[in-house]
Amino acid sequence: MSTDSVKRAEATPDEQLPFAELGMKRDEYDRVRDILGRRPTSSELAIYSVMWSEHCSYKSSKVHLKQFATKAPESDALLVGMGENAGVVDIGDGWAATFKIESHNSPSYVEPHQGAATGVGGIVRDIMSMGARPIAVMDSLRLGGADQADTRRVLPGVVQGISHYGNCLGLPNIGGEVVFDPCYIGNPLVNALCVGLLRKDQIKLATAPGPGNKVVLFGAATGPDGIGGASVLASATFEEESAAKRPAVQVGDPFMEKLLIECCLELYAADVVVGIQDLGAAGVSCATTELAAKGTGGMNVDLNLVPLRDPSLSPEEILMSESQERMMAIVRPDDIAAFMAICEKWDVPATVIGEVTDTGRLVMTWNGEVIVDIPPGTAADDGPVYERPYHEPSGQAALNADTPDRLPRPSDLRATLLRLLGSPNLASKEWVTSQFDRYVRSNTVLAQPADAGMLRISEDIAGGVPTTRGIALSVDGNGRYARLDPYAGAQLALAEAYRNVAVTGARPLAVTNCLNFGSPEDPEVMWQFAEAVRGLADACRTLGVPVTGGNVSFYNQTGSTPINPTPVVGVLGVINDVSKRVPTGFTGEGLRVALLGETRPEFGGSEWAHVEHSHLGGLPPQADLEAEQALARVLVEAAARGLLEGSHDLSDGGLAIALAESCLARGVGATVTVTGDPFTELFSESAARALVAVKPEAFEALAGLCSEHEVPCSGLGVTGGSSLVVEGVLEVPVAELRETHEGTLPALFG
Amino acid sequence: MSAARVGVVTFPGTLDDQDAARAVRLVGGEAVPLWHADRDLKGVDAIFLPGGFSYGDYLRCGAISRFAPVMEEIVPAARAGLPVLGTCNGFQILCEAHLLPGALTRNASLHYICRDQRVRIETAGTAWTNSYEAGQEITLPIKHGEGRYVADPETLAELEATGRVVVRYVGGNPNGSLNDIAGVSNEAGNVVGLMPHPEHAVEELVGARSTDGLGFFTSILKKLVDA
Repeated sequence: MSTDSVKRAEATPDEQLPFAELGMKRDEYDRVRDILGRRPTSSELAIYSVMWSEHCSYKSSKVHLKQFATKAPESDALLVGMGENAGVVDIGDGWAATFKIESHNSPSYVEPHQGAATGVGGIVRDIMSMGARPIAVMDSLRLGGADQADTRRVLPGVVQGISHYGNCLGLPNIGGEVVFDPCYIGNPLVNALCVGLLRKDQIKLATAPGPGNKVVLFGAATGPDGIGGASVLASATFEEESAAKRPAVQVGDPFMEKLLIECCLELYAADVVVGIQDLGAAGVSCATTELAAKGTGGMNVDLNLVPLRDPSLSPEEILMSESQERMMAIVRPDDIAAFMAICEKWDVPATVIGEVTDTGRLVMTWNGEVIVDIPPGTAADDGPVYERPYHEPSGQAALNADTPDRLPRPSDLRATLLRLLGSPNLASKEWVTSQFDRYVRSNTVLAQPADAGMLRISEDIAGGVPTTRGIALSVDGNGRYARLDPYAGAQLALAEAYRNVAVTGARPLAVTNCLNFGSPEDPEVMWQFAEAVRGLADACRTLGVPVTGGNVSFYNQTGSTPINPTPVVGVLGVINDVSKRVPTGFTGEGLRVALLGETRPEFGGSEWAHVEHSHLGGLPPQADLEAEQALARVLVEAAARGLLEGSHDLSDGGLAIALAESCLARGVGATVTVTGDPFTELFSESAARALVAVKPEAFEALAGLCSEHEVPCSGLGVTGGSSLVVEGVLEVPVAELRETHEGTLPALFG
Repeated sequence: MSAARVGVVTFPGTLDDQDAARAVRLVGGEAVPLWHADRDLKGVDAIFLPGGFSYGDYLRCGAISRFAPVMEEIVPAARAGLPVLGTCNGFQILCEAHLLPGALTRNASLHYICRDQRVRIETAGTAWTNSYEAGQEITLPIKHGEGRYVADPETLAELEATGRVVVRYVGGNPNGSLNDIAGVSNEAGNVVGLMPHPEHAVEELVGARSTDGLGFFTSILKKLVDA
């Protein structure tokens, strides 16, 4: 068995390499040949094929994503923007927060438990690599129909995976979404979000500066995980042996990740890290090329030094392995002893595998032969960029013309409320969330079913100072809205997350996003993507919240049928005094209930149309961003002035569902009156609305604040009693609401 | 008099150590970090074994931790009367170390469960519950996958007869524990283990939004002052 060295590649210029099997196009391969001035070695091909994959290079999305930068609003808060492992935001008093959401969709379909678990692990390492302590996770889950057989395989597995991994890491799970829709049956979406905390002056970056500095690989040993592609290479280039079937999905070890977290934080505190990068997709290939490209520019690595779990791995497989719980650090030679001592304390294996150079080349050796010699930036940054063609889907006009106006309106609104409240998408998600630890670290101020998760800023971080501040986070999306109008749908996802943060009293500050779509090679899907990105970028500018980073997940489709376009948006906010947070729902008796915002007859893509008529058509609710902004100002100021006893955003299912959930929060009933058409008032999904509960003596101040910001404010009634009463329309005991709301998921999933 | 010093042990994979230390400080005690690999109790007056997944819970919850160097100091000290409280994984470790009888097995539902749980303090006679009244009901968070308490019939009968069931679940048994047992003590009452987390119920702002768990921490301080 011979190594395909650079020397050999030069000697055998015409040898064919299996680039197509690695997902590389002929012209991409030719570009690699141009860059190198020869054919690549098989190891070099391994690197280019993964680094230029859609997943790593964003080759189809790049031209659109740049709008997040060109349209970015002025913001004093942004410390690190897109392009790093995660964005970093200034939250005041010397503190910074870093957060990001990432997809792990396809692995979670293949193997739900490990797929979802390693999704959590990957995003947590992204946050760690910014120099932060990860402090919480959230997840946005989309599955096939709740009654579809495969959903009973995927959902329990995904929940167990997140539960096992996240709980074992000691990170509170403070919120997220669970949505069922048949369009996700073969393509469940598992989007995991992590938020971390650090001091503003402690930010770490993925860079390898300083010739002579050491490259240290630490954490788990490298095994044959997630390297299906590499075995193609190995078997094609060589005769046999390494061609054994390799698992496509990685297996996580949360215990090692917990050790890595504590180990990294101690390394940061000791100031022995110059640059750091986590190993995720594309493993060693990605970490070495990106670190070198962003640093002095060169790096020498001896691949024989990489600790292996399976000694039979070929260099190509080592380069492509996606084994979990690994990090790569750049360390000054004088600090190596201190670095190793800290790793040893935490039982984290660490190995020097190379050093930084000023040659401008990434050079790797195997058994003494040079097998990689490339300019690292060509792999990390200069991947192909595609302007994929796109056009409006042929059925789009007909879809938009088929409005819900033709659907019969219900006569029994009580029955409608109960059917919606018990439908899988609106039913209680406690079956899921009770499997997640929301208490660990004792900083959780709000967790689901609250509108947003909220954490106080604890000073237990090196250099930390006490602060009254807290952060709030919400993650939202609506694939049906986006299907009807991807531009508005993306804006509505942002608006909902923004509103969910504001109803808790926190000021929305920054955005992360996970864009889940079908194949970019389908011009109709590409149109959905282009429209969604344009809508989101425009809305971020209007609302003054910059995108700090995120992730694109393409190819979520079965055959030629894509999922509903599903932009999922996370918003992070800050509250100056966390003790002023507003709990979700009715927190006591005798409070006045008010509806803020304007209600229009908007039923396109609504839960009512979905649950009662399986209808999807027309246009989604109007995304009125000025109204969202005004509403948020009212909510944040009212919270700061202590006017609000409870609040709840209006979204899926409209006012009726918001009222029911508000009653369920603490088991407090309410009696309210609606004016106008009761069906529209109760079930429309007009955006930019929220429900608040205030002490009677605070109502006038609230109304004044609303008129100052031109936000409609209607007094609906009062809290109290053991039923939800809409005068002259419906009356349901809270106990019946609870039974309906909480029974659905346990009945479906055990 | 200087503050009572409560050692909080960190094993690899321990998660609730910061929380326990914060609770100790909240009631005026000094929290002293103890490291699993050190055979050194630093002269503490009491010990808290927090929750988590020590050593990844590999093999069996608590099975590896019981062999940690720090446990070689804790076990004889506890037998000699040093107050020790283990919550969740700490309870599992105390059972594995045979400082407490019985074992914690997989929840009957086979699911990890996190919720606010109503419990009854059955005895105020231990070092860790003397701030409560016997029969007092409080709410504490539970969060575990393996909290189903089991013991042989003789042991159970003895625990019940001698008032060593310290905390019992009420309003629904979350995990299938025999006799609804949430926590037990040793004969002397200085060693207590329980699945619920009093350290997550010490501040109105966070966690279970109640201070029902503070009693465990005020109890040990009172015990140490009285001693």
